[in-house]
Amino acid sequence: MPTEIPADSVGLVTPQTLHFDTPLALTCGRVLESYDLVIETYGELNADASNAVLICHALSGHAHAAGYHSMEDRKPGWWDSAIGPGKPIDTNRFFVVALNNLGGCHGSTGPRSINPDTGKPYGPDFPIVTVKDWVNSQVRLADRLGVRQWAAIIGGSLGGMQAMQWAIDYPDRVRHCVVIASAPKLSAQNIAFNEVARQAISKDPQFHEGHYYEHEVVPKTGLALARMVGHITYLSDDGMREKFGRELRAGKLSFDFNNPQFEVESYLQYQGERFSTSFDANTYLLMTKALDYFDPAADYDHDLVRALSHATCRFLVIAFTTDWRFSPARSREIVDALVAARKPVSYAEIDSAHGHDAFLIPSPRYMETFAAYMNRVAAEAPADAQGEVQHAAS
Amino acid sequence: MLRPDLEIIQQWIAPGSRVLDLGCGDGELLAHLSSEKQVEGYGLEINHDNITACVEKGVSVIEQDIDNGLASIRDNSFDTVVMTQALQTMHRPDQIVDEMLRIGRESIVTFPNFAHWRARFYLAFRGRMPVSKFLPYTWYNTPNIHFCTFDDFERLCVERNIRILERTVVDHTLRDRWWIRLWPNMLGEIAIYRITR
Repeated sequence: MPTEIPADSVGLVTPQTLHFDTPLALTCGRVLESYDLVIETYGELNADASNAVLICHALSGHAHAAGYHSMEDRKPGWWDSAIGPGKPIDTNRFFVVALNNLGGCHGSTGPRSINPDTGKPYGPDFPIVTVKDWVNSQVRLADRLGVRQWAAIIGGSLGGMQAMQWAIDYPDRVRHCVVIASAPKLSAQNIAFNEVARQAISKDPQFHEGHYYEHEVVPKTGLALARMVGHITYLSDDGMREKFGRELRAGKLSFDFNNPQFEVESYLQYQGERFSTSFDANTYLLMTKALDYFDPAADYDHDLVRALSHATCRFLVIAFTTDWRFSPARSREIVDALVAARKPVSYAEIDSAHGHDAFLIPSPRYMETFAAYMNRVAAEAPADAQGEVQHAAS
Repeated sequence: MLRPDLEIIQQWIAPGSRVLDLGCGDGELLAHLSSEKQVEGYGLEINHDNITACVEKGVSVIEQDIDNGLASIRDNSFDTVVMTQALQTMHRPDQIVDEMLRIGRESIVTFPNFAHWRARFYLAFRGRMPVSKFLPYTWYNTPNIHFCTFDDFERLCVERNIRILERTVVDHTLRDRWWIRLWPNMLGEIAIYRITR
């Protein structure tokens, strides 16, 4: 709970729900006739709408990226470290938009929403949405907000994938693309971990083929297991050693299977438990599928260079040394393809012990590089805005 | 004002060309080439402060250790590959030169001359590895692990079928002086070569 709002916070914020009536054709062939997107915005859109920044969230993210909903909040939004006055994504200069993606469980239309065809929650019948679908829905959001071209689209992990997809599919609508701790597609190992998570959920007796809402139960055990497996992939070996080592909770081994004995066991159980009461299992399944299916090169004969050759924006790519979920080598695939496609790109490999989670942790060099890049984004006037200024002068 | 050696180098780079700067420092050369010659450039750099300085200038900079090779870069993807004052710090300068000419049509390299009279004098009379204001390291902590002379470098070019298109030899202030041309391998401190295959 903040006793007072820190000076570099966006302060108290209120989410908005935007309703969209134009049917959205999805990659899977199905159509969402109408849907809601929950968004939060920070900062002011300038007169020529040239200072808008879109924040794309990762697997378990949502629209509450920065600030507090109330003075009773225990923690600020999930990327408060990077968004706010004087922070890399400086809300004194940028109009920042964060949303909850389709299929989510934080207000946007998803498996928990009522299916207008049946009058019941979609549950497992909610269509599989892809990164491309999300980007298409975000284009509608941009139109609604009067943003013709984003100054920057920024995302970590799965969020970075959305930023890349934007650059490929809507090149004239984005000037800068910031891709953090991401990958051009998932590896077999990444998909394998996702499959373990899905199996844990779907094998939970409370899952009921995804129709657990009707049974008024939650597949908590499965969702907690899924999160525990995921969580391990977000941390690094060094980071876990540093944080938990082999510390024992009771100071000695108890020679039984009943209780967590090592600190790391208790931590994982706590994380799993907490997540299983706040997140939706069907959404978790959808998000992991969106990750697995992401492969923008597939539309271009599996040639990432060709895919990225459509982009006209500048890129910043950041990776973290101990991230083994999306290792620096994966970011280098993106960078190398961008260089081969002759696109401007800067790349920094940040030393961090925090593994994949490092993208959410404000380490000094990370924030410095990020801020330096965003300063450039803020300083440059967009080409057509310059044109308007010239018109006005003539 | 561009650093004097960079001023010479920029004259050898055609407007609108594609340039890779290996060890690009704070991005001074690339920023200049981009604004004055519409050059599409990238720099490789490992120093964190330099990387931030490049990002601040809007120079495309990629964090990469050149000693780990340039295998990720495709053949002939650049018009000119530049490396200033870093050849002597490489584990295998010969392989780097080969790589530079694989990924670029032309290369520009600069390095200090170990056969400069002051270095010869230092070694001959003091019997110790030369230390100067310009190269202030001692033998055990120097990043300059592969010193060579201008003549050594030109010998390497002959052996590897590398053509020297241009050469300018400058003093330690990085300026071109007429008297250096009388005996470059004795009087020159830094050479700037433009090479191709």
